[in-house]
Amino acid sequence: MQQLLSILLTGLTLGAVYAAFALALVMIWRSTRIVNFAQAPMAMVTTYVALVLIDAGASYWVGFVAALLSGFLLGAVIERLVVRHVEGKAEINAVILTLGLFIVLHSLAAIVFGARFRSFPAPFGIRGFQVGDSTVPLTGFGIFTLVAVLVVMGLLVALFRGTDIGLRMRAAAFGPEVARLLGVKVGRMLTLGWALASVVGSLAGILIAGGGLVHPGYMDSVVVYGFVAAVLGGLDSPGGAVVGGLALGLTLSLVSGYVGSEVVPLSALLVLVVVLLVRPGGLFATVHERRV
Amino acid sequence: MTAVHAEAQHDTGRALLGLEGVTVRFGGITALSEVSLDISEGRVLGVIGPNGAGKTTLFNVACGFQRPGEGRITWKGEQLSRLRPHDLAGLGISRTLQGLGLFERMTVLENVTVGADRHARAGFWSGLLALPGSTREETALRERSMAALAELGIAEHAPRYPGSLPYAIRKKVALARALVVEPELLLLDEPASGLSSDEMAELGELVRGLTDRMAVMLVEHHMDLVMSVCDDIAVLDFGRLIARGTPDEVREDEAVVAAYLGDAVSHADASSDPVAGS
Repeated sequence: MQQLLSILLTGLTLGAVYAAFALALVMIWRSTRIVNFAQAPMAMVTTYVALVLIDAGASYWVGFVAALLSGFLLGAVIERLVVRHVEGKAEINAVILTLGLFIVLHSLAAIVFGARFRSFPAPFGIRGFQVGDSTVPLTGFGIFTLVAVLVVMGLLVALFRGTDIGLRMRAAAFGPEVARLLGVKVGRMLTLGWALASVVGSLAGILIAGGGLVHPGYMDSVVVYGFVAAVLGGLDSPGGAVVGGLALGLTLSLVSGYVGSEVVPLSALLVLVVVLLVRPGGLFATVHERRV
Repeated sequence: MTAVHAEAQHDTGRALLGLEGVTVRFGGITALSEVSLDISEGRVLGVIGPNGAGKTTLFNVACGFQRPGEGRITWKGEQLSRLRPHDLAGLGISRTLQGLGLFERMTVLENVTVGADRHARAGFWSGLLALPGSTREETALRERSMAALAELGIAEHAPRYPGSLPYAIRKKVALARALVVEPELLLLDEPASGLSSDEMAELGELVRGLTDRMAVMLVEHHMDLVMSVCDDIAVLDFGRLIARGTPDEVREDEAVVAAYLGDAVSHADASSDPVAGS
């Protein structure tokens, strides 16, 4: 019982991070029809920005805010300077481009920040609470992770549903031509979409790093899990990405606890294959799969 | 002299959009050939012509979708070096699309509110951070959008999604979205297609009622509507402007009759022509 609870809570925390990462992928997919494989190294770079600040003596929170802000900037700059040139072109161009960005950011980070493992602090305890003589497997940092992801998601929903900017961003994503006619500056909305997605990706990056080690490749496995979570929910559905992320986190945690941590990546890919075979549109897709 | 001239212009309404010598070629095909047209304040201009005459191309030039190979576009007498679609709303031009182009995943109200944005003054950052000023403004935008829906009698559909509504209502939503911009020039692309004759009559009245606020340019196949609603009619045939005038003038124009009924009228005996009698 203790073990199951522990596994479920770990899975939930992990799932929240996957959900955030999947959400970042979905936001970019919805607005520009691009799967952003460079999401992981982008988040890695912003985590390093935070780490440099923290190592220089700044508090964790300064680093945290700096990571999100630099995520915003990085997303905007990459969309405006690089991705803009492949938007609306053949899909393969965007795939190659984001894969290329993946490699470039990786190498740059290794040059600038060094390729060795560095420890990243956590703002809260990473040990479970002590109740009587047993340990509840819920850590302060775990709670923080859940709360941070929920808050960011709530803010995003408020932005897209409740504000005029959000309305224009949705219009630009759903029908760029019509939106242009109505005076929406579609290019600016796409840049903003990438910037916001990159903020969410950065959040996932810094949450994974907390209390652990970072090196230029530490986010690479997350891009796989985030992608599986996004496909699980249907690439088009933000709600689906969240549910997909949580479901994947729980599944992988169960696999890790009862089968063995060495089969976790394998089982993630198994989930991906099964989803694509059984329900290619994802669990929450609103579009119908193309029949050939 | 100049004063008299200016007053004379005022009487007929100031020219808003002007096309001068506009030519558009697609490869070897000339879709528009040296077309010159202008639309004045408070007037309704109808563009008609047989299929493939270049009506849609003309419309696309007027709203910046299509850049003309040659010719000038002017707005209130000033040349537009380059007209791009997202400039339209800022200039005071709005257009409806044949395919309506409603955002299917947004409610009717949201669809219209996207159009209302021309009047948004709150900056980008205050909008993003939902500062009080921008929130007040968003409320105002929503109210304006509701007013536009109410004007067309479809306010009760505001919270619904376009996909769930009948075609005639969806058409009105698209029209409300174009009107909420409070344009000086409204471009209507086949506004009557798919409407019943009652709905068409209602549309005609609505368009006439707009002329105290804006000029209207419409492309339409339904001759009844065009003849009853328009002040001026421009007739295109094979990319050339073959006639321009009041409905009565155009109806009598030989070139127009020839374009619509074929050259037979000018060659054959009129009495043997089965169409001539009708």
